[in-house]
Amino acid sequence: MIGIREKTILSISVFSFFFAAILIAGSLIKEDSLYVELSNIFAPPGGGHIFGTDWVGRDMLVRTVKGLSLSMKIGLLCSVASSLIAMVLGVAAPLLGGKVDIFISWLIDFVLSIPHTLAIILISIACGGGLQGIVIGVTATHWTSLTRVIRAEVMQIREAEYTKLSRRFGKGNLFIAKEHVLPHIIPQLVIGTVLIFPHAILHEASVTFLGFGLPAHEPAIGVILSESMKYLTSGKWWLAFFPGISLIAVSMMVNSIGKNIERLIDPKTAYR
Amino acid sequence: MRLNAENISFRYGEERYILKDVNFSVGSGEVVGLTAPSGFGKTTLGKILAGYQRPESGRVTIDGAEIKSKGYHPVQLIFQHPEKAVNPKWKMRKVLAETEMPSRELLEAMGIQNGWLDRWPSELSGGELQRFCVTRALSEKTKFLIADEMTTMLDAITQAQIWNTVLGYARLHKIGVVVISHDQPLLERICDRIVNLTACSG
Ligand SMILES: Nc1ncnc2c1ncn2[C@@H]1O[C@H](COP(=O)(O)OP(=O)(O)O)[C@@H](O)[C@H]1O
Ligand SMILES: [Mg+2]
Repeated sequence: MIGIREKTILSISVFSFFFAAILIAGSLIKEDSLYVELSNIFAPPGGGHIFGTDWVGRDMLVRTVKGLSLSMKIGLLCSVASSLIAMVLGVAAPLLGGKVDIFISWLIDFVLSIPHTLAIILISIACGGGLQGIVIGVTATHWTSLTRVIRAEVMQIREAEYTKLSRRFGKGNLFIAKEHVLPHIIPQLVIGTVLIFPHAILHEASVTFLGFGLPAHEPAIGVILSESMKYLTSGKWWLAFFPGISLIAVSMMVNSIGKNIERLIDPKTAYR
Repeated sequence: MRLNAENISFRYGEERYILKDVNFSVGSGEVVGLTAPSGFGKTTLGKILAGYQRPESGRVTIDGAEIKSKGYHPVQLIFQHPEKAVNPKWKMRKVLAETEMPSRELLEAMGIQNGWLDRWPSELSGGELQRFCVTRALSEKTKFLIADEMTTMLDAITQAQIWNTVLGYARLHKIGVVVISHDQPLLERICDRIVNLTACSG
């Protein structure tokens, strides 16, 4: 018999392994393994191509894995960047207080009040589009909730006796942030980074799908999906189905990793 | 040196005044007891002296000069509950070193065992933790010490050991000590004079 804790750890390990496997496999796939096989176009799923083939005979499984790994790398970049912003702003707001705190709180409310997809599209266009645009767009819209969580936590630590004592010992904000505050918020930062990830990849894919994200020659999932739309009416359902399902599966998997880490570290925190 | 609280008035928010025109003073090397019934503002006065609270009016001075709010505060407060006064994510060695690493003799006199230095706060009892909090405050830069019910939670033997060491250190380094306590026998035993807070108001 294994306990709940062991099951949670097992689930985290298995999903993390899958995650790493897709990431590595996708990175190893070279452009030339996506060879065009014009004698075998639009092959339905089964036999030699379990995800089927596309309009020039490329294997959809290979394309999906490659697309996923690209989306996952972008998602990782965006969630790590969002967490860093959340860490800096969430710690600075309560420690510096006054106008800084008011401004950061206002900024959180402001960003939360704009619809995400719209904001990502606008920022992405303003930043010149492409990879850089989408990363800045997704990051700029995904730091807010975690910043709130961190800020609330830091406000409590700021009022703790040991923090007040530290100030009486002559320690400044930087020391207090690094030594007193940071050890307390690392769990939230880790969980936050993992839980931002599913939002980040789904937003990247949908904005790319709408044509405002990655350019059409990139092998991203969003690009594959928008291409597939052309063939959907002629019954080539597998072109969109497998890449779409895989993307959703990856984001649910990472969401589960996040929730499980949360359960392991602290049963009380209810973040999202 | 002389620590002076002059005409201190204080209240939390818009509530009634906890302290009204309070005058209080302690000299270097002096041990002064401060007593009053519960809720009369002893802790509040201690926090004002040590710079945790700003008085609504009046001022706290050392030899006539106001105390700078930046840098090491020469008046250090020791809280009643040591478990709140140490960061639970710090090992005890780091807790001690936040001011300056105390000498081996001081650690021994305080009854701090070497093995405790590598423990987490949660692995020590209240009495053991309080020894750390007291030792941490006994730095070269501390000129006045406010002991707010410092040993109330502790057993008699621990209490005696801590007070012996603190008073010895204070005598040697000419530190002025304010002892806030309900324990009348303790006050009579260790204090040069005892002040009732209710008699401090103008
Ligand atoms: N942070 C606070 N906010 C509001 N009221 C407080 C606060 N701290 C203490 N008080 C009130 O101030 C009064 C004096 O408290 P305190 O200084 O702790 O007295 P003592 O130490 O003499 O028991 C009490 O009535 C207490 O309820
Ligand atoms: Mg009190």
